[in-house]
Amino acid sequence: MSPRDELDPVEGTEETVDISVAEDSELSSPCAESQGPEDAEVVDGVSDDYAEDDTGEVAQDDDKGAVVFEEELTDKPEPTEYLIIGGDFDDVVAAQQNRSDEVIVINMGPQHPSTHGVLRLEVELDGESVLSIRPGIGFLHSGIEKSMEYRTWAQGVTYITRMDYVAPIFNEVVYCLAVEKLLGIDVPERANVLRVLTMELGRIANHLVAVGTGGMEIGALTVMTIGFREREMILDFFEALCGTRMNHAYIRPGGVSIDLPDNGLARLRTVIEWFHKHLPEYAGFCNENPIFHARMRDVATMSFPQAMAMGVTGPPLRATGYPWDLRKKQPYCGYETYDFDVITWDTCDAYGRFRVRLSEMWESLKIVEQCYKRLEETAGQPIMSTDPKIGMPGDLSLGPDGQGNSFTHVKKVMGQSMESLIHHFKLVTEGFKVPPGQVYATIESPKGELGCHIVSDGGARPFRVHMRDPGFHHLQSVPLLCEGGMMSDIVVAVASLDPVLGGVDR
Amino acid sequence: MTASDALELATDAPTIQPVRKGMWGGGPGDVSGFGGISRPIQYNSRATRPYGGWFDEVIDQVLGLVPDLPEEVSTDRGELTIYVPKDLILEVVRATRDDAALRFETCTSVCAVHYPDDLGAELHVVYALLSMTHNRRIRLEVVTSDEDPVVPSVGSVYPHTDWHEREIWDMFGVIFEGHSSLTRILMPDDWDGHPGRKDYPLGGITMKFKGAEVPPPDERRSY
Repeated sequence: MSPRDELDPVEGTEETVDISVAEDSELSSPCAESQGPEDAEVVDGVSDDYAEDDTGEVAQDDDKGAVVFEEELTDKPEPTEYLIIGGDFDDVVAAQQNRSDEVIVINMGPQHPSTHGVLRLEVELDGESVLSIRPGIGFLHSGIEKSMEYRTWAQGVTYITRMDYVAPIFNEVVYCLAVEKLLGIDVPERANVLRVLTMELGRIANHLVAVGTGGMEIGALTVMTIGFREREMILDFFEALCGTRMNHAYIRPGGVSIDLPDNGLARLRTVIEWFHKHLPEYAGFCNENPIFHARMRDVATMSFPQAMAMGVTGPPLRATGYPWDLRKKQPYCGYETYDFDVITWDTCDAYGRFRVRLSEMWESLKIVEQCYKRLEETAGQPIMSTDPKIGMPGDLSLGPDGQGNSFTHVKKVMGQSMESLIHHFKLVTEGFKVPPGQVYATIESPKGELGCHIVSDGGARPFRVHMRDPGFHHLQSVPLLCEGGMMSDIVVAVASLDPVLGGVDR
Repeated sequence: MTASDALELATDAPTIQPVRKGMWGGGPGDVSGFGGISRPIQYNSRATRPYGGWFDEVIDQVLGLVPDLPEEVSTDRGELTIYVPKDLILEVVRATRDDAALRFETCTSVCAVHYPDDLGAELHVVYALLSMTHNRRIRLEVVTSDEDPVVPSVGSVYPHTDWHEREIWDMFGVIFEGHSSLTRILMPDDWDGHPGRKDYPLGGITMKFKGAEVPPPDERRSY
């Protein structure tokens, strides 16, 4: 079976696609698809079973029941197909007990805890073997890209940070890199150091969630609890830095919103020491854990040619042994000046991806320590572009109430300088204009290549923003990872891709 | 209308170029004194040789492999864009993937942009190609019109564009000919319309805040 076929979420659709076919909603359900109207013996529909009786209450006719079996009455040896609409599952099981054909289609999700959010998986099972699996997404689609077309360039950051909410800093950075490319401006050195610092802390936090929830799904609950304990340290640091634990909107076009607080470096030192103490626990818990080996080794394998055909990047690609990392290959934010290694593994399976993530946390910690030194050296330097038409005025600093007002600035614009007030007002309400053109910026997010395609028409709002989320791209390879395997390996396969549905659906 | 006609329309007829009016979007509320200004927007400039760096090398190779391809190239902001007529896109991506000197193994992203003012070429489909072998990126851009929003699918060359093409169909209504299952992916299956398009309203309601009324975002003044 070619990768093309495996990608196909609907079997039996005609090659020539026209609007009417594509808009046919029933095509997306494997159950409904096989129910031709000519061979379906429709028992009185469910809608007929619910009738208003004289008292005005809705009553259900128990004789007919809500469970509807539809059977092909032909001599063909085709397996019988059933459509189950609601009802008591015990009835279904009882009716099935004497049958031998056990192909069953199950919906995993969108509310399944092991699907990393609202991912829907339509699984066709023969016993416990997966015959086919089709991911369904879109349950968390919130039109962020469209909404951004009606906000200023700076406001866009607050939208884009809500896409991949487990690694929000990366969304902000890639968006700001794209805007800065359109503007043709450079970012001060200290702002770049702060970006790298927050990105690498974000990478550790993301991998902790990936490893932790991945462990939880195969029963290693402790990995999850200690993973979230460590992540809390990073979120606390982010809170001290910019006031929010998630959805930071910290990276802005031209720099970052706010400098380190006074005790920032001391807090960062605490975080680094904490991780030096606690990161080894993961290797101790997991690396040689027999359950980890049994559940992850040779599970959800994706070879290098398969990974290339599926366009996979990030840890799943590096687990095939190919050291592709945009931080090294196409450096941004000054990554070429940091000393770190690209981690690879050679097993092509879920265990390899887990080990890549585990080792990448150590590399990120190395970069964080280098950032610590540079932050000491660059203390007092600007953190925002010095272009007054782009950089937000105000010398924001985080107050005890979590707000960023600077008393000196407010005093100046409200009491002394009318022009400063006008400038501030225009920059906030109108925003800055970006010259027309289009760019595509990419960075290495913890999940893979994160891309941002922006088109500007020269106005104060984006004309079009499109995010290329690695989770969206990687979920296409779920059938390749799962088909032919066991049902219990589905959660391992999905966890090893580490999709976050906020980013997938946008 | 063929794709090459659409390209000629888009580049050769300046009257249909989108125009920015006034300082505040040209509406009645423009009290800036510059309400009469009218400036054309040049979205996609065309570059002339030499393109610089490895761009010339890549363009020469592509033109050698696909002789019918018109040489329309943009090098805006250091990114190489090749404007491809839509009936040639499959040939071009096959050449760029298979040729050893080009070797763009991955199509990292496909995205569409709706330019309602670009008459005859309203819908642009943008492919971001990545060569891991040579560590290069190029962009291919295909235009099509609202009347005939059909573009050949590149799924036979890059299988991983499957969902990207479904997303573009969902959001913009571009039909990818040859795609095996072009169904909605982000919006519900029974949704009407294509929300990414500029003529699709954003929606929203007027908010009342301490007596003042705040209009929804798409009705506020734009600059």
